[in-house]
Amino acid sequence: MKRSLFALTSTLLSALLFSTSAFAGAVFPVDRAAILVGSKFDFKVEFDEISDPSNVKVTVNGVDHAKALGKPATFIENEDQLKASSLMLRDVVIAKPGRYEIVASNGKQSMTVNWDVYDTGPRKAKNVILFIGDGMSIANRTAARMLSKGIKEGKYFGKLAFDDMPHMALVGTSGVDSVITDSANSMHAYTTGHKSSVNALGVYVGRGKDNLTHPKVETITEILKRKTKMSVGIVSDAEIQDATPAAMFAHTRRRSDKEIITEQLFFVQPDVILGGGSAYFLPSTTPGSKRKDTNNMVGLFRADGYAVATTKEEMKTVAANSGAKRLLGLFHPENMDGSLDRFYLKKGTVDKYPNQPDLTDMTRAAIEVLSRNKEGFVLMVEAGLIDKFNHPLDWERSVYDTIMLSNAVQIAKDFAAKNNDTLVIVTPDHTHGLSIVGTVDDSKPGTDMRDKVGVYEQAGYPNYPPADANGYPPSVDVSKRLAMFYGNTPDYYETFKPKLDGPFVPALKDEKGNIVANPAYKDVPGAILRTGNLPGIGTRAADQGTHTADDGVLTAIGPGSEQFKGFIDNTEVFRAMVTSLGLGSGQNKVHDRTASALKTPVKPVAPSMTRGTQAATNAPKTRELVKTN
Amino acid sequence: MVSIFMLWGVTLPGLSYAQNGVPSNPKESTATELRFDELYSKYGVLGLELSSKAKSLAGKSIRVMGYMAPPLKAEAAFFVLMRAPASVCPFCSTDADWPVDIIVVYPRQPGQSLHSATPMAITGRLELGSKIDRETGFVSQVRIVDAELEKLR
Repeated sequence: MKRSLFALTSTLLSALLFSTSAFAGAVFPVDRAAILVGSKFDFKVEFDEISDPSNVKVTVNGVDHAKALGKPATFIENEDQLKASSLMLRDVVIAKPGRYEIVASNGKQSMTVNWDVYDTGPRKAKNVILFIGDGMSIANRTAARMLSKGIKEGKYFGKLAFDDMPHMALVGTSGVDSVITDSANSMHAYTTGHKSSVNALGVYVGRGKDNLTHPKVETITEILKRKTKMSVGIVSDAEIQDATPAAMFAHTRRRSDKEIITEQLFFVQPDVILGGGSAYFLPSTTPGSKRKDTNNMVGLFRADGYAVATTKEEMKTVAANSGAKRLLGLFHPENMDGSLDRFYLKKGTVDKYPNQPDLTDMTRAAIEVLSRNKEGFVLMVEAGLIDKFNHPLDWERSVYDTIMLSNAVQIAKDFAAKNNDTLVIVTPDHTHGLSIVGTVDDSKPGTDMRDKVGVYEQAGYPNYPPADANGYPPSVDVSKRLAMFYGNTPDYYETFKPKLDGPFVPALKDEKGNIVANPAYKDVPGAILRTGNLPGIGTRAADQGTHTADDGVLTAIGPGSEQFKGFIDNTEVFRAMVTSLGLGSGQNKVHDRTASALKTPVKPVAPSMTRGTQAATNAPKTRELVKTN
Repeated sequence: MVSIFMLWGVTLPGLSYAQNGVPSNPKESTATELRFDELYSKYGVLGLELSSKAKSLAGKSIRVMGYMAPPLKAEAAFFVLMRAPASVCPFCSTDADWPVDIIVVYPRQPGQSLHSATPMAITGRLELGSKIDRETGFVSQVRIVDAELEKLR
């Protein structure tokens, strides 16, 4: 009793003592971080109040941090006028693997974190191809298999390209701040090996107010460019600045900094860049631009030796040129169109941009260009639209794009099969609350569509036509179709039918700021109002479906794929890739690319254009963007 | 991003109403009707091209039907007009972006907010060319200034 009273008093006292501070204090990298030996990161300590520098002590395995890490951290007495002190040390590299205990104290507050700095052993794989099915849930895979391969009497007639891989793991996707991740945070884990927070790319989220000053961690693209002669490719059917492709190279606390992310892409210079998002490459004077300045980013890439393609045909021509080693392909000012719209319904923006390649075309072109490098390559391919269509509860479109991902993976598997020196990984970055619950049969009696849903033995099998040569059923509008529903939704009208006139828009914001079901679907025959279970008002009010914390299913083939088994944390995907490539072993010769990148003397036009290139990014700091025509 | 991306170029029942359910020429104005799909003559990856009709109407009174996007912020002097209903405020949600063919509207009397699913007609003077809003830094290519708003249902 005495003991519990003491505990209670102590808790109350602590609560009182710390109630004056807005911050709990933090150390970055966070506790239990696993860090690739020789990779760069920014080290930051955030105390919960203004601290006396003479009382501040930070040790690494008992040794003063300045000695242990090679240089002293900068003391920031009153960070961003938040009435709290911080220490920041940029570009830390730990050269020796092992366990590191960091103790930070200001005389009043003491924080301890542990890091595991790991080596990788020798290189096993020449190449790595990482496929991301953005938001790809198990139901996406199952439905894609049903529609693409067919099923009868409980047995499928075939498997998806990523079903048929020897190694599999469940992937946990939660981040530092939340059990629910977004695509920035989750992809960041794959590309840096560190956890972060929602909306963040290449940084831990500290309390700083500037998106670009948070503690950075090195991305796999930067590590490869700094330490090896390997090539890097980034492919997405979303905007190339969107969270998943951006996590390959970007450093910002806010993924919406797309103009800046485009500049960071230019500084990091991946060898192959294919996707949407051209609006952020155009000077503000060009109609269709989303830039606030007049920098012509396409011109800058051209000046640095990139062949530029804006159609599928141009991309193929460039890729076929044996001399082409750098390719920038931009095919849409925003996200590209999905396979259901492109190949069958001709909706979305297909009429305006009829010459877009799909993920298979882009995968083929990227491999063709990248494989010219005898040192090997890392290619990331994102099927970004699986997520873009899961969000507005448009499962048909997301399933067609899951089939497209399978087709793209098959191309990579065929390439890998030639030499067995390529690790191919296919994984979602997070999941959605989607499930297959049965079928919807129009021939069932009644007018209420809900009564046409069949469950258990009443479900039977859908009557989609057999898939065409590309693996897609040529029609999605059939009389007996899958009944698939999302569990986490806003209010919306469930129509039980595919949205043939264009992607679904389930909910809208009314004049009071409330999220309401989109009335455009109210009068669809048989539609019912489904009351949502997500917030309908406030900063995180949901006008669409949201991500879930359910594990993702990863499959892999090739050298190093045996690392994937059981349950893994998403940071271990990075570890498996760098281990396969031997990036911690010192076997990859250090190659300084800075000299070659500085070949063109340039004149600055906009001083702000150097933003976001400091610290853990490896871009030459002296370089500034210049307007070219 | 998602919702707006989905909406761009999509003909929803609501938009059909806006296009078909309203007399094409407002009786109280001499404004020339300009539809969203008449704004640009070419949609290129490396830029859009304004149509000759749009260019010929620069500086003149026009009437456009579309949907009001949720305001950037309550006190903003302008709002964004879109070809189809939008649900996401890009300054509120980091997943959001405007489509590239928006029109920025500076109302004669700011502050009016309407349901984003409500079709509306905007009458005012057409301005073309890149311009940065001083308060928000928002860049626009096509604007309607001194605009009058008319709720269509």
